[in-house]
Amino acid sequence: MEDAIVASGSELVTVALRRVDVQRSDDDLLYHLRHPHLHLLPNTSGVRSAREAVFAAELAREALGTNWLKLEIHPDPKWLLPDPIETLAAAEELVRRGFVVLPYIHADPVLCKRLEDVGVAAVMPLGSPIGSNKGLKTYDFLEIIIAQSRVPVVVDAGIGAPSDAAKAMEMGADAVLVNTAIAASADPVRMAKAFKLAVESGLMAWEARLAEESERAVASSPLTAFLD
Amino acid sequence: MFEDIFNLYEWGAVRQSIYGKTSADVERALAGTHRDLEDFKALISPAAAPYLEEMAQLSHRLTQKRFGKVIQLYIPLYLSNECQNICTYCGFSYDNKIRRRTLTGGELVTEARAIREMGYEHVLLVSGEANHTVGVDYFVRALDVIREHFAHISMEVQPLDREDYSLLMQHGLNTVLVYQETYNRQDYRLHHLKGKKSNFGYRLAAPDRLGAAGIHKIGLGVLIGLEDWRTDSWFTALHLQYLERTYWRTKYSLSFPRLRPFEGEERERPYGLQPKVEMKDRELIQLICAYRLLDEEVELSLSTRESPVFRDHAVRLGITAMSAGSRTNPGGYVVDPGSLEQFEIDDDRSPAVIAEMIRRQGYEAVWKDWDPVLQG
Repeated sequence: MEDAIVASGSELVTVALRRVDVQRSDDDLLYHLRHPHLHLLPNTSGVRSAREAVFAAELAREALGTNWLKLEIHPDPKWLLPDPIETLAAAEELVRRGFVVLPYIHADPVLCKRLEDVGVAAVMPLGSPIGSNKGLKTYDFLEIIIAQSRVPVVVDAGIGAPSDAAKAMEMGADAVLVNTAIAASADPVRMAKAFKLAVESGLMAWEARLAEESERAVASSPLTAFLD
Repeated sequence: MFEDIFNLYEWGAVRQSIYGKTSADVERALAGTHRDLEDFKALISPAAAPYLEEMAQLSHRLTQKRFGKVIQLYIPLYLSNECQNICTYCGFSYDNKIRRRTLTGGELVTEARAIREMGYEHVLLVSGEANHTVGVDYFVRALDVIREHFAHISMEVQPLDREDYSLLMQHGLNTVLVYQETYNRQDYRLHHLKGKKSNFGYRLAAPDRLGAAGIHKIGLGVLIGLEDWRTDSWFTALHLQYLERTYWRTKYSLSFPRLRPFEGEERERPYGLQPKVEMKDRELIQLICAYRLLDEEVELSLSTRESPVFRDHAVRLGITAMSAGSRTNPGGYVVDPGSLEQFEIDDDRSPAVIAEMIRRQGYEAVWKDWDPVLQG
């Protein structure tokens, strides 16, 4: 796990509170995440309501010494889809309490704006259900979200291959969050490296296209040239 | 309630339908992505036996998709072997002349500490049904002790009322296992001769009461060997699907206890119960895979009743949780190792050895996958 994370070039790692023993300073999982460039992002996976999420967040902040939080409320164990109502309520309360909130949600553009309004630090819409590796099934809606967002957009869940990550970055996402595709691969370290390269290439492509588009707008006006 | 759905199906007809499935039905079930209860019939039928390897490959992949390469470790802690029920298959049966024992608070702490030393964070509290000595008040006190030591608490005790479940949840209870033993009413009567457990309907409705109380997880299962395991497993699947649809915020788990021998003095009834229909190892694998093919997120748990060889291979075949180093008698870890076991253990390897076995197969042995803070 540690090697894969280092190979990925990531600086932010989400950790489920359910897995770590926050009471113990020598917890095995946390030990392997102790790198100066790595920041922890505790998540609330397992809670089913806003009330439970807020309670868990407070304890996580105290125990892990970070006010960053991945807000994750998925009461449905079948698809692990996020509950939008509980998430919005929890986000509002957590922002009020001084947390840096990164909510995991469905790719619902309206929900993203509502979350933005209550002060979240980013939005994390899903590409497809957790663990499904089905890629960017929500592509059309991610486009809308990215176009409208005033906060960073992290595509989280369902990214099954490096090409999915590249695609997400190419379309203007600010980051991708990946677990299963790396963890369950036959060679996680190599796969992590592949994702690193994919994210870099997608980002470069996005930046290059921006430059190209601005030139094009100036260069040609075939429809209106007759007026000159 | 589930009984309304349950009563729509007749045991004999279901059994006949399962045994009537053909290889064409099996192939159709294997090819699809959304399998239903008819597909499940095909997968647990004799016709699916030749397809075992294919089922195993699929089950392996599907399990990894949802669970990753992970096996959750848990351990039973028997609170008491007192019991007012007479059940033909169990060492704790009321009419079995054994030394009865119930752990005191202090003994519970001693046992809990011993278990924690082994590395466990997930514990399963078990008892017989003796409402005077081991009733809800006792459970509340037991939970208050246990919650200091463990991250995740399950219970496998007598069925309780909804209000009781709600109360126990306030004291830290996360999961309840309640096995119907058999979904065949007539057979159920033959094996549950006396006591509250003889009430088939009350037990059948226990998962509904749990779901209504908002429990985090419910465990279902039958005692394999009491009846035709295929038909009983189909009814288990029917129960599972009903519950998933109705109590959609709840997680589910299945177990596969196979009838095992137990001690006790001789009595009139033929103890040392022979299974009515024997289930071979291949068939248990078939059942595990069939459940996984039907349901991608249900947890599948394998206890120490099964042999080391079987358990080692089950790790990669769809199982998601295992117990190890188990003692099925109250006080079995420290306080009273000699007290009577409920069931005999087949795999008595220590948790450390089991964890290493899991690791050697490229899987992670997970001790902790819950935290009380998540329950508020």
